[in-house]
Amino acid sequence: MPRWPWLILGVLLALAVVSGLAAGPISLGPADLLRALLGGPSAEGQAAMVVWSLRLPRLAAALLVGAALSAAGTSYQAMFRNPLVSPDILGASAGAGMGAALAILFGLPTLGIQAAAFAGGLAAVGLVTLVAGRVRRHDPVLVLVLAGIAIGTLFSAGISLAKVLADPTVQLPSITFWLLGGLSAATPGDVARAAPLVAAGLLPLLLLRHRVDLLTLSDEEAEALGEDVPRLRLTLIVAATLVTGASVAIAGIVGWVGLVVPHAARLLVGPRFARSLPAAVLLGAAFVAIADTLARSAAAIELPLGILTALVGAPAFLWLLARGGRSS
Amino acid sequence: MNRRTFLARLAALPLSRAVARSVAWSAGPMKAHIFGSLPAPGRVRRVFAAGPPAAVLAHVLAPDRLLGWPMQVPPEARAFLGPAVRERPFLGRLSGRGSTVPLEKLLALGPDLILDAGTVDATFLSAAESVHERTGIPYVLIPGRLSDSPWQLSETGRLLGAPERGAELAREAERLLAEAGEARRRAGARTPRVYVARGPDGLETVKAGSLNAESLALAGGESVADGPGGGVARVSFEQVAAWAPEIVLTQDAAFFASAPRDDRWRRLPALRAGRLHLVPRLPFGWLDEPPGVNRLVGLPWLASRLHGAAVGSDEPERVRAFHLAFYGFAPERPAFERLLAGS
Repeated sequence: MPRWPWLILGVLLALAVVSGLAAGPISLGPADLLRALLGGPSAEGQAAMVVWSLRLPRLAAALLVGAALSAAGTSYQAMFRNPLVSPDILGASAGAGMGAALAILFGLPTLGIQAAAFAGGLAAVGLVTLVAGRVRRHDPVLVLVLAGIAIGTLFSAGISLAKVLADPTVQLPSITFWLLGGLSAATPGDVARAAPLVAAGLLPLLLLRHRVDLLTLSDEEAEALGEDVPRLRLTLIVAATLVTGASVAIAGIVGWVGLVVPHAARLLVGPRFARSLPAAVLLGAAFVAIADTLARSAAAIELPLGILTALVGAPAFLWLLARGGRSS
Repeated sequence: MNRRTFLARLAALPLSRAVARSVAWSAGPMKAHIFGSLPAPGRVRRVFAAGPPAAVLAHVLAPDRLLGWPMQVPPEARAFLGPAVRERPFLGRLSGRGSTVPLEKLLALGPDLILDAGTVDATFLSAAESVHERTGIPYVLIPGRLSDSPWQLSETGRLLGAPERGAELAREAERLLAEAGEARRRAGARTPRVYVARGPDGLETVKAGSLNAESLALAGGESVADGPGGGVARVSFEQVAAWAPEIVLTQDAAFFASAPRDDRWRRLPALRAGRLHLVPRLPFGWLDEPPGVNRLVGLPWLASRLHGAAVGSDEPERVRAFHLAFYGFAPERPAFERLLAGS
């Protein structure tokens, strides 16, 4: 197994971290930056504040969100044996969106909105698995996907209803911005709350990494090899939902990452889940961090992260696709 | 519609669009856009307000004729409204594709006219024309920004059959605008740079020159955010810190409560200097929410917060006087002291 893909990923991640720390509307030279970093969070002065309470939390949030969405996407694509699947296939984004929209409608503070978004995502996926568990006459994967689409649609309708009821001058823009996704509000507290949840979701994925490839076989074949398929599937769903829910709660809906990063990771390190998962985690983290750096430093106003991930990701993805196609 | 009239309209379409556009953007004398023939002013009994600014306009001029509210009016706002309009129902709004009132319900309500106020462009005009064509109800669009409110008040007063009331409020609006202009002139070139923190996290703001920053500009302040596109934008906290605004205004009580405790916000020079102000929003917003004549009450308040100009000796009493003049009702003084708390 060649080492260069990991080297590329490492360099990319380092680049993302450095640019994330160095770029921003307040200009800091390399010396200021280094002094602020070494001085610790309690140091006085503007540079320390910019680095420790603005850029670092935001960078950490971006890395976390990228890693989470990519891991969830990789898991779902393996589980559903379908490369078009993204983390919101089971309605997590729609559920989180409805939770957040309702919270904004009721004028809750930021923490309440995050909690509502997280709960909404969990509720949507919980409903989907509940429904899928009751239907036994069809292929379980198909039932999951269809239930996900139906429940997702239901929650999207809820979002639309909240938008109609919202005050058009103040609440409606808030809902719209939330749905566009972004990290402009990321605080150290957000990172501290989301990180354990993402870790709790990533851990089972990493521990199960060698068994997930069995899901590419049919259920009968996998069970013949001694795998408890429904159990493994449920574990993956719970883990992926946890990381997606946590990331959506702090970043809103950031599209495209969970769909495209797993592909890019597989093109780099091959299709085996045990390798593509860590590659996707690294690549996703770097990708969202770079996109977020652009989002906050390209213009005085924030560009929504979801737009940038699509603008940067789609051409890069097409390029990778063309390149990968040639070499194979 | 038969084929001939359809073709005729199709041919006239580019023309009417062009006319509408020139009307919307001409700087000439203000003029109400009217679709259909209005009943004689004295015979206007039932008015449907198409949107929140129009509802406020109709409410201050002829509260007994307003059929209901196009927006949800929460109980704490209703407490500031007179008994006549306090119990009026929520009816929904009319705004093209974003309408929430079905045309059949509109017909069932039987208004003598539909009143709309605020932004007028080709989109609004064509939507108004279409509603009028389908329902036969006369549709009046009153254009204008906050600085046009004297004209809006007198013109709408005339159309609704309350010309004296319209003239009286127009004079009052004129006075408030003149005072704001005076404060602006006194401040001279020193225009305070203001950050308007919106949304629960305070990171949505209004751009200079937008409808939402209109009263701020009239009172002699300037929004630090600038740029192309619509009125509201999302920004990063680092950008706010880089702007280093002198004053932070917010309409969000939750944000107002949390910002002084937040590690980042409380370090802003404006907050350290105690210049975070909660903009009152009852019964209607003082900055926008909605962008109607309700913003007039905010002008002296803004001038005093921006330039330290004297507000007159008794601010709650002054606000109460505005309420009595415009809304025809005002609760007792403690309600206004609560309203102004934090501002």
